[in-house]
Amino acid sequence: MRPESMKIFDDLRNLNVLTIQNAKKNGEKVVGCYCTYSPQELILAAGAHSVTLCGTRQEPVAAAERDLPRNLCPLIKSSYGFAITGKCPYFEAADLLVAETTCDGKKKMYELMGKIKPMHVMNLPQSADSEGALEQWTQEMHRFKAWLEQKFAVQITEEDIRKAIKLMNRERNALRRLHAVTKFKPSPITGVDLLVSVWTKGFNVNKEEGIKLVEDLAAEVEAMAARGESPFTADAPRILLTGCPVGFGSEKVVRLLEESGASVVAFENCSGYKSLDRLVDEDPNKDVMVALAEKYLNIPCSCMTPNQGRLELIGKLAKEYEVDGVVDLTWQACHTYNVEAFVIRDYVQKQLNLPYMHLETDYSESDVEQLRVRVQAFLELIQG
Amino acid sequence: MITAGIDVGSVSTKVVLLVDNEIKYLVRPTGWSPRDAGEQTYHELLAQVGCKPENVAYRVGTGYGRISLGFIDKAVTEIHCHARGANYLVGRGGLVIDIGGQDSKAILINQQGKVIDFTMNDKCAAGTGRFLQVMAAALGVDVSELADLAAGRNPLEINSMCTVFAESEVISLLAKGADKRDIIAGIHRSVARRVWGMASRFMPAEQVIFTGGVARNHHIKDQLAREAGVPVIVPELSQVAGALGAALYARELAEKC
Repeated sequence: MRPESMKIFDDLRNLNVLTIQNAKKNGEKVVGCYCTYSPQELILAAGAHSVTLCGTRQEPVAAAERDLPRNLCPLIKSSYGFAITGKCPYFEAADLLVAETTCDGKKKMYELMGKIKPMHVMNLPQSADSEGALEQWTQEMHRFKAWLEQKFAVQITEEDIRKAIKLMNRERNALRRLHAVTKFKPSPITGVDLLVSVWTKGFNVNKEEGIKLVEDLAAEVEAMAARGESPFTADAPRILLTGCPVGFGSEKVVRLLEESGASVVAFENCSGYKSLDRLVDEDPNKDVMVALAEKYLNIPCSCMTPNQGRLELIGKLAKEYEVDGVVDLTWQACHTYNVEAFVIRDYVQKQLNLPYMHLETDYSESDVEQLRVRVQAFLELIQG
Repeated sequence: MITAGIDVGSVSTKVVLLVDNEIKYLVRPTGWSPRDAGEQTYHELLAQVGCKPENVAYRVGTGYGRISLGFIDKAVTEIHCHARGANYLVGRGGLVIDIGGQDSKAILINQQGKVIDFTMNDKCAAGTGRFLQVMAAALGVDVSELADLAAGRNPLEINSMCTVFAESEVISLLAKGADKRDIIAGIHRSVARRVWGMASRFMPAEQVIFTGGVARNHHIKDQLAREAGVPVIVPELSQVAGALGAALYARELAEKC
């Protein structure tokens, strides 16, 4: 059985496009983001909409390969391909783009993309705990704020930012509540539906409406769980997915896992829980830009070195969601996640005593059957 | 009790009938229809053994063609079937290396034959039976002749992992006048290195159990033993290890019914 509210999320994909186009017609401002490091609070405080940009589909990859190397991660190629082919309505609607120096592939791609639309790249420190990192990242927050003020000819007040922080924290809390529904055994919602709803929400320009949708879905699924309703049998292996971001169009591994009888209950990746684990400090006595910098700097992305935070988060989620196995997904040529897989394997197998499997693939369907063998064998291993 | 394991691989189809503790088996080319190959080989073996289909208590299918088999009771992945079969044939745990037609895998099993961890080659054909087939064709020899031709020769360096580029490399070596047998030795060494590169993460293991069609090539076995530094065992029935594992699963599942 599927939650009724999922139909709203299914329709939302078309609706979001209309909403963004209407907003545009009304002269409202739009800023497009790719990454969870983008401080949406500053965009909202500038009176603009913040939207996620397309980058989770295979279609535009071939177009991107005219300019970009083939041996590059599909997420970067898809993002760039959407930008140059005009097939992403959110990219088309965006007045400005914001990005961060996360991995090398992305940051060099952003240089090319910056020729298409005004692009601001925030210089992300590569080590969250290193000396001066927080100061540097706080400076980057100021630089981005000044850029938005100049581009949109607005003044961003501290009050605006504090208001936006509260709104974004509410959104994070709603999403956390939605993620937490899979703690029920068996999970009342499929991992694919959870992923689709969280992903679709990212394209929703109206924050208040988006929060309400997520809360309604969470409430409905909680009620289903209370009635003992679930699409899974009690013995379905519970999987934690970690690694590269996953969105609609690139959910093949989640789909394969669930088609093979597993229940994906936790998404540690940045399209899932990674960016929700920590809220922005709302303390009125705290410098608001430092509060923002602290939150975003502590996202445990593999571009950080070292990245102990990811291990801690995997450990925490594995326990809270009572998982039976960990699947680590790397998009081809994503060096940071691919190399980190070595450390994650060791941690999951030796510290958490859980079965672990690393998969490396891209957005294409060419290897689905090979992946299916690995996925099924992994589930057989879990089930003994 | 009679149980059956049907392993439909990309190159050959293997069927094992477990008649109490006796192993009966048959190997046939898969051809273009995995479904027909599985079904025909199964019925052919039943006829040979003189057993009626209704007397088979349980059937487990494995291999890439397992999903197309309509008559099986359950499908189990080749990872677990090879592990189970290898453990039965050798009677101990270790590192199972299976090189099949379209993929190669390394499976770490404990003393009870339980799978601890596994890995498979990604997408491309490097280090698989297919790689050897293409190279044999380029050299104008039959795959079954490769091992004897390579034995005792000086392996030439084959650098490319990509089957198509490696084929070009082989053709270039021939053009330069290199000895065919040294080239074959080089091809074997490159397969062994490629597979060991994938499998070595599971060391230390006290032994390697080599299964799959390529295990019949004694020269690759020797090359693999050089890489591994531990004994490499090729059980007599190594080619049907997957089908045997499937039949053993079938027996276990039949007993549960």
